[in-house]
Amino acid sequence: MNMESMIAERVKEVPPSGIRKFFDIASEMEGVISLGVGEPDFVTPWNVREACIYSLEKGMTCYTSNWGMPELRKAISCYLSRRFGLQYNPKNEIVVTVGASEAIDLALRAILNPGDEVLIPDPSYVAYMPCVHFTGAKAVAVECRPENEFRLTPDKLEQKITSKTKALILPYPNNPTGAIMTQEDLEAIAQVLRRTNIIVISDEIYAELTYGKKHVSIASLPDMKERTVVINGFSKAFAMTGWRLGYAAGHPALISAMVKIHQYTTLCAPIMAQVAAIEALKKGFEDGFASVEYMVRQYNMRRKVMVNGFREIGLECYEPKGAFYVFPSIKKTGMTSDEFCEKLLMDQKVAVVPGSAFGASGEGFIRCSYAYSIDNINEAIKRIGNFLKKIL
Amino acid sequence: MVNEILEILNEDSRRTPEEIAVMLGTDVETVRQKIEELEKNKVIVKYNTLINWDKTDREYVTALIEVKVTPQRDLGFDAIAERIYKFPEVKSVFLMSGDYDLAVMIEGRTMKEVAFFVAEKLSVLDSVLSTATHFVLKKYKVDGVVLEDEERDYRQVIVP
Repeated sequence: MNMESMIAERVKEVPPSGIRKFFDIASEMEGVISLGVGEPDFVTPWNVREACIYSLEKGMTCYTSNWGMPELRKAISCYLSRRFGLQYNPKNEIVVTVGASEAIDLALRAILNPGDEVLIPDPSYVAYMPCVHFTGAKAVAVECRPENEFRLTPDKLEQKITSKTKALILPYPNNPTGAIMTQEDLEAIAQVLRRTNIIVISDEIYAELTYGKKHVSIASLPDMKERTVVINGFSKAFAMTGWRLGYAAGHPALISAMVKIHQYTTLCAPIMAQVAAIEALKKGFEDGFASVEYMVRQYNMRRKVMVNGFREIGLECYEPKGAFYVFPSIKKTGMTSDEFCEKLLMDQKVAVVPGSAFGASGEGFIRCSYAYSIDNINEAIKRIGNFLKKIL
Repeated sequence: MVNEILEILNEDSRRTPEEIAVMLGTDVETVRQKIEELEKNKVIVKYNTLINWDKTDREYVTALIEVKVTPQRDLGFDAIAERIYKFPEVKSVFLMSGDYDLAVMIEGRTMKEVAFFVAEKLSVLDSVLSTATHFVLKKYKVDGVVLEDEERDYRQVIVP
């Protein structure tokens, strides 16, 4: 049997991940300094890990409600209200998922029919385009420009809206660019959307990680809550990536459609992760999210060190205000992002991710994560500087 | 800003004013000035190194001595505390709430040396009512730093 011929067309049509190649080389190499990781370098706070251990000792090893544990949904509702001014009913407007990734997939599958179009700011996180494609809908890139600090602008958005446009994915703070959308930026986008029937899938996984300006959710703008599904999770804010715990909050009709898929495909998020998440939020309510604030302070220092470092070695980069990425331009080297990253890895053993892996508009840029110690960042910048001296 | 500078130096006292200025998005002169002030006001008392002596061949023992004392009129516990902390063998002295009054950390080359110090120097002080000596067997965490078995970075090299 030719198994390859048996694979579904939609799956075959999605190209292999643009970072796989670097991963394979880098993970074999000794002495690699990486700026390639899209997850916190902090370990989950001990109180959270300890709460999970205790729950295991007590024997909490069963399924939970498909929607997620009621206590967790209540805590999430309270969290969204306190931190972002969003009001969601824990009974029927919130579903707990296996990572924000599952929540995105559920939201897309709950609304898309084959032929529908989904707008995705470009560059963006690598999973949106394939997830849209798997549903039979069409992913449409909306270009974001460095001169606009990679924010989504209403004119570019409007150009791509057609009668088939069903949804817009709004991933800010953004991976890979570190861009954020201010209240005014979002209002301009909302003005375009209010005239349409487009649903906003607002991926706010980096919401806690902004520097200088607090994150604003598009759902908090007038008339936007009803047409928005807010996606968030515990990975970035609470350093809980491996726990795979996220959630979606939105209109009850949409959330219950998402729960329908979730209950038949996943049943529920792991109870251990849910118990841990309850502890993370409870502690946060008690101490004003001190551990989140601590991490943000650390990231902010590293962000400044990295931006300053790149500028000193002559790499142009705008100052990103969110997430934990810097997105410098490598256009002056005349290389493509792919070439640059491969040569940099071979020559200096520094792993960064080509901007082109995140969409066509990422070509000419590299994504550098500052979820590393300052010494690690300084060493990487030194090596990149050596590389530039050689090739320029 | 001052607390941020202190937080950075507390984490790594080798950070230069230039580095700190970049980390905080300010200029070097301001950082230098603030640090100077902090040193002058004894907020920054000393820059030292956290050493795990157990990994060296240096012979030493540490003991925690619980000391019960009679406070003195007008001077409270301060006078007796001073008499105790002036001994170079004494590494730290804290006034405590609870069962005893002063927690005294002592370092010596051998257990015998520490025991004799307590017997000959501490117990005989007029205000000292009683002492109880506890030897430290193993240090797991010192000043917020785990000495061994630090958690390592389990992350993959590249993650989208």
